[in-house]
Formats: sequence, structure tokens, C-alpha cells
Amino acid sequence: MIPELGLAALWLAAALAALQLTGGAAAQRGDAGDLAALVRPAAILQGLLALFAFTMLLWSFVVTDLSVKLVADNSHSMKPLIFKLAGAWGNHEGSMLLWVTVLSLAGGLIALIERRLPERTMQATLAAQGFVALGFYAFLLLSSNPFERLPVPAAEGLGLNPLLQDIGLAFHPPTLYFGYVGLSVAFSFAVGALLTRQVTPEFARVMRPWILGAWVFLTLGITAGSYWAYYELGWGGWWFWDPVENASLMPWLAATALLHSASVLAARDALRSWTIMLGVVAFSMSMVGTFLVRSGILTSVHAFAVDPERGSFILALLALYIGGALLLFALRAGTISEGQRFALLSREGALVFNNVMLSAALGIVLLGTLYPLLAEALDMRVSVGPPYFNPMSAVFVIPMLMVMTVGPLLRWRHDNIDRIRLPLALLVAIAVTVALLVGLLASVGLLPMLGLVLSVPLALAAFLPLKGRRLTRVPLATWGMVIAHFGVAVALFGMANESAFTRERLAAIEIGGTERVEDWQITLEGVDAVAGPNWTALEARLIAQRGQGEPVRISPQARNFWTPPQQTTESALITRWDGQLYAVVGDQTGDGRWQLRLWWKPFVTFIWYGGILVALGGVLAIAGRVLGDLKRRRVAARSMARRSERGRLRGAAQTAGDRA
Amino acid sequence: MKRWTLWLPLGLFAFFLGLAAYQLTQPKDEFVHSTMIGKPLPRFDLKPASADLPGAKTADFTDGKPRLLNIWASWCLPCIAEAPHLASLREQGVEIVGIAIRDRPEDVARFLAAHGNPYTRIGADDLSELQLAIGSSGVPETFVIDGEGTIRHQHIGDVRAENVPELIEKLQEAAQ
Amino acid sequence: MKPFVIALMAFLAVPLAAQDSMPPAPYAYRQLDDPRQEAAAQALMETLRCLKCQSQSIADSDAPMAGDMRHQVRMRIAAGEEPEAIRAWLVERYGDYVSYVPRVSTATWPLFAVPLLILILAALILRRRIGARGGE
Repeated sequence: MIPELGLAALWLAAALAALQLTGGAAAQRGDAGDLAALVRPAAILQGLLALFAFTMLLWSFVVTDLSVKLVADNSHSMKPLIFKLAGAWGNHEGSMLLWVTVLSLAGGLIALIERRLPERTMQATLAAQGFVALGFYAFLLLSSNPFERLPVPAAEGLGLNPLLQDIGLAFHPPTLYFGYVGLSVAFSFAVGALLTRQVTPEFARVMRPWILGAWVFLTLGITAGSYWAYYELGWGGWWFWDPVENASLMPWLAATALLHSASVLAARDALRSWTIMLGVVAFSMSMVGTFLVRSGILTSVHAFAVDPERGSFILALLALYIGGALLLFALRAGTISEGQRFALLSREGALVFNNVMLSAALGIVLLGTLYPLLAEALDMRVSVGPPYFNPMSAVFVIPMLMVMTVGPLLRWRHDNIDRIRLPLALLVAIAVTVALLVGLLASVGLLPMLGLVLSVPLALAAFLPLKGRRLTRVPLATWGMVIAHFGVAVALFGMANESAFTRERLAAIEIGGTERVEDWQITLEGVDAVAGPNWTALEARLIAQRGQGEPVRISPQARNFWTPPQQTTESALITRWDGQLYAVVGDQTGDGRWQLRLWWKPFVTFIWYGGILVALGGVLAIAGRVLGDLKRRRVAARSMARRSERGRLRGAAQTAGDRA
Repeated sequence: MKRWTLWLPLGLFAFFLGLAAYQLTQPKDEFVHSTMIGKPLPRFDLKPASADLPGAKTADFTDGKPRLLNIWASWCLPCIAEAPHLASLREQGVEIVGIAIRDRPEDVARFLAAHGNPYTRIGADDLSELQLAIGSSGVPETFVIDGEGTIRHQHIGDVRAENVPELIEKLQEAAQ
Repeated sequence: MKPFVIALMAFLAVPLAAQDSMPPAPYAYRQLDDPRQEAAAQALMETLRCLKCQSQSIADSDAPMAGDMRHQVRMRIAAGEEPEAIRAWLVERYGDYVSYVPRVSTATWPLFAVPLLILILAALILRRRIGARGGE
């Protein structure tokens, strides 16, 4: 009964999405009347129904209803509750339902509270939103029904793979979906504004929290995923330019560009069509990423949740949404005026420059990711990897970082170079000092060198917008920018250090033997066999000592799982403020010694600290914007109340006068 | 902005759609094919992988008679699956030289006792040297080598029943 | 959607069925004694693709075949061979697929032409957006 309720709710929600679409579309023709009035309620109700459907799915997982195919395939009665819940979205159907639920809840929220835009634009936005949701409902209902029943209930579920029972695996994917959904909301706003040609600063302000939210989630998702790969894979790499990683990086790049161009639009009423374009691109990158990952077109060998039919469906949705939006853009953008003008040397100038650089970097990542696909279509095999992506993207990212250092110091509209001459000279002096120091003390590759040289001035310059201001009166959104830019510098510093100064030691040592890496001394005390619930492992007992410091015990493992048979390495880490010691135990050699892989990775943790700071900056910016909006709303309400009060008084006075 | 530039994103997107749609319909070729076809066998001289059979070297392939070179290992499951089909090739008079990848003599002997021996020689390639030199990227793989020691054909994956006539045909082509 | 889930599945899944019991090749997990040679070998290995795994170089893979490739690379470097000669030797056997450093060839020229186009396009956009308005 419960799954059927969920399914019914899903059908109803789909019908409401259709209503939302037709109502919004009719409103554009101007003859809507009653239909148009239904758009907002339909959006709200649709959100609630989708939430209801998702709750029903959760419930089926909680009680392990084994007559539901999805539950039988992905859950098990013995699973801990948290993983039963996570199992609900840890598969194709459930994750699609989660996606559409968040999407329609976001739509409902806009319908409920957003009153700043002209009603016709709002209706167009909600229509676009309904259109996007409708596609996903169709996908769920026609080809990926999460509530499908088994003809005979299963005796027990299949999903007890402990490899997948990991808290990171449970919450990492939804983080990315939230990012994608946020971008889809920005997309709907862009389409709505394009339809009614109302590309205004108000539109940018309305769209901005959604972009920021999406951006925060994507940042966190990428940061967590990177740390996890670093930790799990056992070779100390934190970014592989793997197609799946690129699939999450591309929406992030687009969202970053969109965020900044929306800021220009909000503050200065410039970059109108550019912002619209980025709104479309950002969402299309999430869809393209989804397509690449789900269709198995790129990650082929170890395909998971891959199915050509699903691939075709996602591709069809992609064609509809993005093709439609781009067609609309081609037809309409010419009639949208460019907006305010500005000088080369201005805040806008810097933001535009970096927008173009970010878009170009996005182009490179997209090209490099898709090129093997193109080559394959022409019957050739090529590999595109770090040696391509690193230098090619650096061509655009390095100038961007330079401009990013000074951009926030510039004034809007136009500025004078003399005004910032002093800080500029200081920053250049710092950069030169760092370059000289590094150049004298070590031999470092070009890219890490540039990273080091740029990161230090960038970190300092990030705080310059606070100069001469009372810190307590600096708006939260400005704090957000400061922290986020500082985070980028921190991450850059970590990346550059890691690639410039990592020390590696691969060795086979006997029990009792000692190896050195940088200023660490690592002694192998012994190797034990240990057993877990479904694995056995070899665990090395290591004692690590830095210089004359306190010895620390660590125990890396090489695990063998038997259901399914897999080998994993559990690396052991020692974190210090200036880096991490990374230790992995490998096989035994022929002569009875043990393979050890040891790395000293200076400042590697800064990469992820930086990512967290960037996300924190985003959160502060959202808080600042939303609080600002609420305050403005309160002020508006108060002045409205005062006006009506005054009107009432005047009315009363008049009556009194009349009486007198 | 010029009008045509507004159509550029749509054009690029259409190109992507076309490519993606085309690739979705194409069967996925997971294998890395050797680019050594048509080239002479690399020079090698491998010690015997089991006590009963001689090892293998380049000179064994240049007596004018085409042969199969089978890259396999006792630890590889598909190799068990292909064993009967290699045996049927052997029965039809095909000479198969085995290359055991990263294997121990006792494991090789145990495998041959359990699944039959279709080989006339087995070379031990303990460091995958020949495997790399010949452009093979996995086990099992089977190469057709003609009488002059030139690589004529590569079969990736286990040999199945339907591949047997195919390989014989390739050997006949190589004999001409 | 689940980029990292899948990435990890891909990276972690070294099926035991394809595992041999032989100890790894001598130089699979051992560095060359000469730090300069080791650095050269490491730099080369980071740009060679592991044939048995997804999106990993042979420098960070536990697949036995990647270990044997590392052994080959280190031995050849130790014997004084140039890194690019080793790369060429492998490309001769496996095609461009094995190398992460794309050569400019009939198969790969767009990889270099398109970034150039992007650069020109970026310059044009910047000129339009900013340059023409500078005098305002």
C-alpha cells in the first residue's frame, strides 16, 4: 500500500507540473486568467507531493519492504538504519526521485515566498521549472519506477555490500544533487527572464542565493570527493582528471562564473545576456555530467548504474531542456540590450575578464573530457590526462588568479590605477620575493612555481577589501567574498606545495627495519593478520618519528574483501600543521620483506581546508544576502504599515473634521 | 552582439548531441588493441614455464609454419574457459605456443593437469616483458604468427567455440 | 551524479580473479638509487596510462601489469634510455592510448587547435565587452 501511495503521489505531482507548465505558458500569451492564478499553488502542492512520494520510498526502505524491487535490490534487513535510509538514494531510481523531490521543493519555495519579480516573469520561471520537473517525472514513471513491485517478494535483500556502507558514500552524492538542483533553479529563472525579456538587477538578486547555494554544495562535494580519493586510493593522488571528476568540476566552473556575472548584473545592471547564457550553461553542465556518468559512455569498464536506455532518456531530456533554452537564447538575446557600460579598469572589467577566463577553462575541461569520445567515433583511441589538462587550463587560470588578486580592490564603473598603485606594488614585491626564495632554495616546475608565487599575494590581497573599514560593520556578503577568495589562495598554496615538494619513498623492508622520508623515520615493528566482518587484512605496525619528536604509531592495512572479492588499501596518515605523512603497506616480496610506500606531502591538507573555506565564504554570502533581503522586506513592510497608518489617521481626522 | 554568434552555442550543443547519440548506439570497444599487427615478433627468449615443456623464443616462429601464440596464466579464470577450445584447435593440428604471465612452475603444472595441455612450448614471462613488447594488455590473448615470425592477428579475450574456425582461417591466410 | 562513487568503484575494483600470486617485479615498488634517474622515471610513469584500469597512470595503480610496466620503465631509464624513447616504444605497441601526453597528429590536432580558438574567442569577447567601451 505504501509504495502505491508513493506512486500515486508521483503521478499527481507530474500532473501538477504539467498544469504549472501550461498555466505559466498561457500567462505568457496574456489570456490565462484562472489558469495563471493556479501556477503558484500548483508548484507548492507539487513540491509537497514529491516530498510525500520520497517519504514513502524512505519508509519502504526503513521497514525493508522486500516486495519492492528497489528495496530488494539495494537493501537488507540487517543493515543499520542510517544505511537503510541512504540505500533509498544510493541507486539510480531513488537518486532520481531525490533529485526531483529537491527540485520541486525548491520550486514550491519560490512559488511561496518570491514576490520581487514581475508576476509574468515568475509565471514563466515556474513554467520552466515545471517543464524541467515534468521531464524527470516522465523519466521516473516511464522507465525508472522506484516503486516497482516484485511478483513474488524477495526472501532477503541483496544490498549488504559493506564496501558501500560508508558514511561518505551515503552523503556525497546527494551533496552534488543539491548543487545540480540549485543550478536548475537558476536555469528556470534565466529562461523566465528570457521569455519576458525582464533581465534586470532584481532578477539577478533573486537568482543569486540559488546559485550560491548550488555553488556551496558543489564545492563541498568536490572537496570531499577529492579527499576521499586521496585517502582511499593509496597513492596519494587527489585529482586525476577522470571523466567522472570532470563531470563535477564543469558545473562548478560554470557556477563560479555565473555567480560573479550575476553579481555584476545585480550591482551594476550590466552583462545581461552573458548572465542568461551562463545560467543555461551551468545547468547544461550538470545535465551533461549526469549523462556522461549514467550512460556509461565514458566510464566504461567499471560501469555502475549504467544503462543505455537511461542514457538515451537523459540525452533526450538534455536535448529538450538545453536545446530549447539555447534556441530561445538565439532568438531572444539579440533583443536584450547589453545594459550599463563600464571601463576596462573597474570592478566589472576584472569580473568580466575572469568570467571569460573561467568559461575558457570550462571549455578546455569539456574538450578534454569529450575528445576521447569524438576520437572513438572516428575509430581512434587517445588518452587525455593531467599532462594535457594541467598546462592547458593554466593558460587561462593563471591570468584569472592575477586579476582575482586585484579585482576586489577596484571600484565599480571606472577606477584609476594610481589609486591602487601602492597595494599593487606591494603585492608584486611579495610575489617576486616568493619567486626568488623558492627559486634559490629548490628546483621547482613551472606550474607549481606559479602556484606558489600567486598564492601568497592572493591570500593577503583577499583581506584588502576590509582595509579601513570597521570590521563589525562590514556586510556579511563582503566577508563571504573575502573568506572565499582566501580559501582559493589556501587551496592553491596546498596544491602547489604538494606537487612541488612531495617526497616519495618506496621500499621493501624487513621487520625491525627503518626507512626515512624527508625528516621522518619510519620503523616497521611487525605485520599482523586482522579480520573484519567481510574482509581479512594485513596490518603493518609502524612507528613514525619526526626528527627528535614523539614517536607515533600508525597501522596501514591491505584489505581483501571476499563479497565481492576486492582489494583495498587503507592508508595511514599522520597530520601535522605543515603536511601529512602518508603510509601504505603492500605485498610481501620474495625474500620476506614488506613493501612500504611512504610519502611526506607538505601542506597537502591546505587543498581541502581551502575548499572548506570557499564553501564557508559561500554560506556567509548567502546569509548576508538573505538577511539583507529580509531586512529590506521588513523595512518595506514597516513603511507600508506607516503609510496605511497615516492614511487611516488622515481618514480619521477627516471624519472628525467632518463631524466637527 | 552579432546575430550569428548567438546561434553558436546551439550549434555546438547540437554537435555534442549528435556525437553522444551516435556513441550511445555504438557497441563499446573496451579493448586496447595491439598496434604490432603486420610487424615482426619482438626478440625474446623465455625460460620454460614448466618442467615438461621447452621454453619459447623468437627463432621458434621462423620455420615457415604459422602458429598461435597464446598469452595465458594459471591464475586467470577465462583461461580455464578457453582450455577446451584450445584443445580442439590442437586436435585440428594447430601448434600453440603458450606464454605464461607471472606464473609459478608448480601452478602451471597443476593447471595443465586439470585442464589439459594444448601447448608445444610454454615460455615463462615473469615480468610481462614479452606481453608488453607484443602490445598485449591482458590475459588471455591469442596472436596468429605466420611462418616468417610476423604478427598477423590478435584475438583479445578467451577463445570461444565460434572463434575456433575464425582462428583456423587466419592461420590459413597466414600460410599463404 | 555520483562521480566519486563511480570513480572509487573503478579505482578500488581490482578483481581478485585476475590476481596472481607472484611477487611484484623488482622495480615495480622500488625506486632507482640515482635520484635523478628516479625523478625522470617518475615523471614518465605519471604520463603513461595503466592499461588495466580507468583513468589512472601506471604511477598510481596497484594492477600487477602496471607494476611490470613500472619495472620496465625504471630498468630502461637505469640503462640510460631516454624517457621519450621509452614512450615511443610503448606507443608503437599500444597506440596513442597508452600515453597521456597527446602528440600533435591527425588524431589529436583539435585538442590543440580548439584551445587556440578559445583563446582567440576569449580575446574577441574581452575586446567587445571592455575594449570598445573603455573610452566611455
